Amino acid sequence: MLASVTTFAIDGMESRRVTVEVDIRPGLPAFTIVGLGDRAVREARERVHAAILNSGFEFPQRRVTVNLAPAHMRKAGPGYDLAIACGVLAASGQIPAHTLAGFAVFGELALGGDLRPCRGAIAVAEGAVKAGLGGLVVPPERAAEAALVSGLDIVAAGSLAEAAALIGDDERPTVQTRRPDPLVAGRASVDGPDLADVRGHASVISALIVAAAGGHNMLMSGPPGVGKTMLARRLPSILPPLSPDEALEVTRVQSVAGLHPSGELVAQRPFRSPHHMISASGLVGGGSLPLPGEATLAHRGVLFLDELSEFSRPALEALRQPLEDGRATIVRGQRTVVYPTVFMLVAATNPCPCGHAGSERCRCTESDLQRHRRRLSGPLLDRLDILVDVGRPTAEDFGRGPTATSSEVGERVVAARERQARRLEGTAATCNAQMDARTVRALVRLDRAAETTLRLAYERGEVSARGRDRCLRVAQTIADLAGSDRVLHDHVHIALGYRLDARATRGESVPPPAPEILGCVA
Amino acid sequence: MRGVTGEVTACDACLRRAWLVARLAGRLEIARLKRGAASSGRLREILALPDERVLTVLAGPDAPSVVAELEALDSGDLRARCSAAQLTPACRHYPRYPARLADLPDPPAVLFIAGRVECLVELAGGTLDEGATAVAVVGTRRASPDGLEVARGLGRGIGAAGVTVVSGMALGVDSAAHAGALEARGSTIAVLAGGADRPYPASKRALYRSIVEQHCVVSEMPPGFTPMRWCFPARNRIIAGLAHATVVVEAAERSGSLITAEYAADLGREVGAVPGPVSSWRSAGTNALLRDGATLVRHTRDVLDAVVGVEGAAAAPPADPAAGLEPRLASVLRAVAGGRDTLAALAGTPDQAQSTLAALTELELLGLLRRVPGGRYLPVAR
Repeated sequence: MLASVTTFAIDGMESRRVTVEVDIRPGLPAFTIVGLGDRAVREARERVHAAILNSGFEFPQRRVTVNLAPAHMRKAGPGYDLAIACGVLAASGQIPAHTLAGFAVFGELALGGDLRPCRGAIAVAEGAVKAGLGGLVVPPERAAEAALVSGLDIVAAGSLAEAAALIGDDERPTVQTRRPDPLVAGRASVDGPDLADVRGHASVISALIVAAAGGHNMLMSGPPGVGKTMLARRLPSILPPLSPDEALEVTRVQSVAGLHPSGELVAQRPFRSPHHMISASGLVGGGSLPLPGEATLAHRGVLFLDELSEFSRPALEALRQPLEDGRATIVRGQRTVVYPTVFMLVAATNPCPCGHAGSERCRCTESDLQRHRRRLSGPLLDRLDILVDVGRPTAEDFGRGPTATSSEVGERVVAARERQARRLEGTAATCNAQMDARTVRALVRLDRAAETTLRLAYERGEVSARGRDRCLRVAQTIADLAGSDRVLHDHVHIALGYRLDARATRGESVPPPAPEILGCVA
Repeated sequence: MRGVTGEVTACDACLRRAWLVARLAGRLEIARLKRGAASSGRLREILALPDERVLTVLAGPDAPSVVAELEALDSGDLRARCSAAQLTPACRHYPRYPARLADLPDPPAVLFIAGRVECLVELAGGTLDEGATAVAVVGTRRASPDGLEVARGLGRGIGAAGVTVVSGMALGVDSAAHAGALEARGSTIAVLAGGADRPYPASKRALYRSIVEQHCVVSEMPPGFTPMRWCFPARNRIIAGLAHATVVVEAAERSGSLITAEYAADLGREVGAVPGPVSSWRSAGTNALLRDGATLVRHTRDVLDAVVGVEGAAAAPPADPAAGLEPRLASVLRAVAGGRDTLAALAGTPDQAQSTLAALTELELLGLLRRVPGGRYLPVAR
């Protein structure tokens, strides 16, 4: 007898329909699974066999052939267990085959017949809706997550026996589907790291505010142990709250990556801080059966690279395309997988190899410093809009109250983002950091003094042509925070103060003197 | 062809001497190593010897073969090599050789000049007082940002006063002094330990190019010569010999720049030193010089007082750079000068940080502050 069951394979962020066909015919007892499965799929034989027997069913003592179609697609993981078991039961007449037709089933089996959760329930549910199926059977732990997708009945089953009973039952209870609640999505985490925990560091916090308000990538430079990571961790708390759609995207990413134990909608922007030994595919995703990388796990949140100069060059190179396009395209064999990677990059570095640059303790030579700068001036430096030096807080700072709190700062950030959204309507950019050179020219309005300042900085070689655009984008954000329609000269001054030292990237060269300036002060 | 003329400016004997020293450079290195650290005296004794004695001391039994090798060198050929490297040789028997080098017991036979020869000719003249004034600014390669700023400021001030800045183009203080002189469009001479056609250290290529284009780079070693360790103290005697005064900006307890100061003192020239914290290893050498009676140098004026002398006594201390600025800029500038030199130290709230950062950048653009690694701002030395 023949039966077929629908399940889904996770492919990148999407799911692909997989039909599990089970054929049972007379012959010596055998159980074969074909269809390009990996080890975990082949081992499903033992799990399915044991689970069927332990759930009180019978395993047919005949020749059982299972085919996972389409047969050319590689399949991995234990997520096919439930579908194979249901197929065997239907093909052997132990459950009605026709009721199975409207369902997708998804889950790993324990030997005792219990269902175990596996990753990617949201993607599977979305696939089921697209495929026009009426219901989805999932392990109970994943029901809440799958229920974020509307348009189908979510049936939570704790075991194979329960699943078999629910599929045949016309009065089966379903989990209510629910749209992500904007209030839930908008709620910033109450117990997450907050700026209120920080003492001192006013200058870094002001840079964080600008970065958050304009979506600018930033580089923090400072000696070890001074609080760079601690400050970066607080950036998600001042970013605008996730919109319902963004929250769903974040949840989907975490679900696919299997990092989502609660199954609830994720309301907080992610913060990822991979170690500097990470490989290129670890950073942007990869593997023979691709998995999302850190850049994708940081989607809609913050990717923090501590010790930027220690990351391997290939890893940093690989990050460039995701940074520019907001997605990582991974080509493996005949397959192309696209992962979303819209994140803010925050990098941290020591100012010099020994970490004490500028103080008497620093024993680095000029050539050590140059080597350090060369290591930094890699592919990413162009993408970093804001450089800020992080110094030690003073002893008095610890006695004072918090410098700022996330909630009050968050409001300013949201207001600045709203100004940007109005101005950037009709362009490809959604925040100032995404403005391309043409948008900058068209939309950034400088007052006369600001223009003079910028021209002066350019003529003195303090900024490069590209640095000039960067400076304009940051100055625009500062103006947005200040609620000013035009970019004033102080906004340009501040933006210039955040510039990456032009000399650091160009190597050594003597800036041309500005005699008229030297003359006017002397 | 830059700086190279058909005119004969060096005699055959002196040119041959330069190549002889280069040929025996390796043996000189060995001789020096055998004598250990206190060998600079021995080195200079050898450099002071006439050709034959140098040969017997360094080449020993090989002397005849070396002599034969050198005699095979055609002087026209040597000149051709110089012009191929765009170097102008100047030997001690011709007028463009700075006569003040004759004060040295072991003057170089030839100076090979890259760049504008006039620059060195200005220093020529019968005695020290006749040629143009020059000051050497030297110091450690591992300079602190403050030291670099002081060196740059001295280079700028000395250059602006029309005095030539002489140094060795090494990393750190030396390069900063040259850069300062270039900034002020003043005259500067770099004395290299290797061939004058080779930027050394190579990372200072850009600086080398600007000096060659606008001023000159000199060396006693023939074109293409890669420096050995003994060449650096040997080069220092030329720096000391060219300058009326030698100022050491930062130097550790044992530092090449102290050798330069010692040579200058031996010549009876002025020696100046910039003081530093007694706890700092970078100032151990300069503080020791001061204790031994060197002139204390705080800024350019102290140097010019010592060298030029005349206008010094009447002059007022340097003007307060904060005068005439907007009050908010002036207060930030004074705070930085007073040691609160990072944004973090100047700002208590994020809003304050923004306005202070604006002021700091404005002061930077006005040329009154300079940002150095570590997020510090330094007042530009004058």
